[in-house]
Amino acid sequence: MISSIKYIRHLYARAGFGIRFEELKQAENLSVKQAVAGLFKASETIIPADIIAGNISYKDFLQANEGTKKMFLQEQRQQEKALNIDWINKMSTSDAQLREKMTLFWHNHFACRTQNAWYAQQLNNIQRNNAVGNFKTLLLEVSKAPAMLQFLNNQQNQKNHPNENFARELMELFTIGRGNYTEQDVKESARAFTGWGFNKQGSFVARPALHDTGQKTFLGNTGNFGGEDIINILLAKKETARFICTKLYKYFVNETPDALHINAMAEVFYSNNYELKPLLEFVFTADWFYAEKNTGNLIKAPVEFIVGLNRQFYITYQNPDVVLQFERALGQVLFYPPNVAGWPGGRNWIDSSSLMYRIKIPSTVLNGGVIDFSGKVDPEDEAFIATTRKQKEAVTTKVQAQADWDKFLNSIPGGTGKTTIAQTILATSISSNITEIINKTTDTKTLVIELVSTPEYQLC
Amino acid sequence: MKRRDFLRNSALASGALLIPSFLKPLEAMAMGDMSGYKNLVIIQLSGGNDGLNTIVPYGNDIYYQKRKTIAIQQPDIIKLTDVQGLNPNLSALKEIYDQGWMSIINSVGYPNPDRSHFRSMDIWQTGSDANQFLTTGWIGRYLDSNCNTCTDPYAAIEVDDTLSLAMKGVKMKGIAVENPAKLYQATRDPFFKQLVHQHDSTHLSEDNLGYLYKTMIETYSSADYIQQTSKTYSTTALYPQTAFANQLKSVAKFINSGLKTRVYYVSLSGFDTHTGQQNQQGRQLKIYGDAVAAFIKDLKQANKLDDTLVMAFSEFGRRVEQNASNGTDHGTANNVMIFGGKLKKQGVYNNAPNLSQLDNGDMKYEVDFRDVYATLLDKWLNVNNSQILNKSFSGLNFV
Repeated sequence: MISSIKYIRHLYARAGFGIRFEELKQAENLSVKQAVAGLFKASETIIPADIIAGNISYKDFLQANEGTKKMFLQEQRQQEKALNIDWINKMSTSDAQLREKMTLFWHNHFACRTQNAWYAQQLNNIQRNNAVGNFKTLLLEVSKAPAMLQFLNNQQNQKNHPNENFARELMELFTIGRGNYTEQDVKESARAFTGWGFNKQGSFVARPALHDTGQKTFLGNTGNFGGEDIINILLAKKETARFICTKLYKYFVNETPDALHINAMAEVFYSNNYELKPLLEFVFTADWFYAEKNTGNLIKAPVEFIVGLNRQFYITYQNPDVVLQFERALGQVLFYPPNVAGWPGGRNWIDSSSLMYRIKIPSTVLNGGVIDFSGKVDPEDEAFIATTRKQKEAVTTKVQAQADWDKFLNSIPGGTGKTTIAQTILATSISSNITEIINKTTDTKTLVIELVSTPEYQLC
Repeated sequence: MKRRDFLRNSALASGALLIPSFLKPLEAMAMGDMSGYKNLVIIQLSGGNDGLNTIVPYGNDIYYQKRKTIAIQQPDIIKLTDVQGLNPNLSALKEIYDQGWMSIINSVGYPNPDRSHFRSMDIWQTGSDANQFLTTGWIGRYLDSNCNTCTDPYAAIEVDDTLSLAMKGVKMKGIAVENPAKLYQATRDPFFKQLVHQHDSTHLSEDNLGYLYKTMIETYSSADYIQQTSKTYSTTALYPQTAFANQLKSVAKFINSGLKTRVYYVSLSGFDTHTGQQNQQGRQLKIYGDAVAAFIKDLKQANKLDDTLVMAFSEFGRRVEQNASNGTDHGTANNVMIFGGKLKKQGVYNNAPNLSQLDNGDMKYEVDFRDVYATLLDKWLNVNNSQILNKSFSGLNFV
């Protein structure tokens, strides 16, 4: 394999949340293969989310009086917030970059909402534990997770009164995708999942009394199928491998699917019994992964944008609410996907207001909202500059975020040129606007604040 | 300074700044005769407004049987027909109703209703079927449909900090403007200006970077256009001192100043009344009714009411029977309110909701919400509804 700093940067931008200068120093002499191995190695340790200590029972809540209910709802909101921030911190600081990046992928693939933070944490940990493991194991565990059983109403799915919600989404969104099954397949498979539910402790229960033990005909197979049989039948179909690979391709490579590359991925995935590691290794070491057209062209999801910034500048937030406000303003609140199909992504992230927020957020966090301007100041801009200077302190007090500038600046090897800094921070090629920034800025701090306040920085 | 002179002098029109070819030169927009330019204003009531306590079916005994403690009592109701009347907190709307500027469509919903707030709101905003997931909004698809008046983001303005899914298309998206002066100020950051003006042609290609630059430049020019146009008009009408009324006041200012915007979007939340409904909903309805009445009168005075149509909706109604906490739980079909100076059918549009034939305690819908949208698209925005709604709806006759 060719070793190239450019490749390493691209790998970290996609398989992680962007490369830090310290990481670049360690990886710059590695071959792509070695760097990929390094990413897997760093992701071997699994640190589960454990910020939510226990399950608050919603049943007890329903029987409680008004005052207790109010406290319960407050507690619930607190927990949701804590879980969200905890994950942002994990992604921002953990060395297990690939694992967290894949957890984020599964978070969107198995999009789920629950008001119960304990269940949400459970599901998040299932996705983290199996993030780069085996898809079948992951799918089975997700299907048995209380959050999902609740969200897609399988708790209500019982013999003689089947609820088809889970069975339908299992096929449409989780495995083979539309066009590969019939309405009858939905009905039959819903019967196979009857009885799958969870108890008050938040554990899966099979509830045999509610299970339909009759014959089912599903995708051409007939038998007394249970839920696991349905999953096995679905995974035996190559369409499932292709469906998952298409989504992964869009996540890691390019929003426009390339049938040739996806078919090659699906072969690897299918023949390795849905093991994710060989598949991801195949993608990250493929020549096409590093092709010009697959570089610097993906729009970062809001969470990738926030996390990338946090990682690069070692940012800590005294007031975590600020992070939540960013998520809201940019349109991606963790654990709150818009629906079971997840966030649509790509250009859907960008509109006038979200783009303005994206351009403004970095300077807000890094420099009290001020982008020190090194270009030629128009006389009419003087008033603007004067006001922002005045507001700087107020913004800093409000945002309460600290970047570790010393650590950041020290991590840049002495003698590193401004263009190299720009190439490390931005995934796109250096355009005229960026050249302008490089030419005009005199200090590194101003340079990087300007660089992260560009449209180019929205891409990875 | 005349508008044309302003434009000639402004930075955007000056030769030093390259105006990308896809941006319509602002000068080209004739600002003279704006009459006949039709606006649509959408009001979203979030949380699931209880339609039965809004437009009260006081003539139906079942209503009083099912709502022992939270029914609106007959003497308090502002009667509109023999069966239905307004919640007293909507008293400001009586005058609007009497003028023939209001129409109420009962029992609006969709097949297989979803009782989750976010999912049902998704369905209303995207105009999808209950089992379909669309990633674009119905207004967004209208913008995408290449109508000749919607080439700029300000063709659809949401008075808010962030943009709703309803306003997002594939190619085109509306713009969120809570405060035009603030947005204008934010886009005048010298650094931002440099980015806008120094981009090269590769920045405007079809790829994602091109899309980002295009969005940024459009925001820059839209912020300027909205601010410069709307500041020429000062509101004399009186509005209540609420955030919602302020939003509608902004919309009126935009409309009255002649902004070339086709669709406006505002929302009011706080309608999820599971407990202690009467006070909570009463407060919200008063905020809503007072603001809408002030808005309609403001438009009338400015001679814009005939060119404006307002639609107010909520993601679902609530169950017919109240719950044990003096509230109501999530339900299905609901009423939609329409306001405007040129309504074909004024007053109550169709039969009062049928409370005797329920589906598991919930009202059955009689009008698909997409038939309401289809009417707005076909008869007000002049675009074939099937192009936007992915299948053809026959529509209604309220306009």
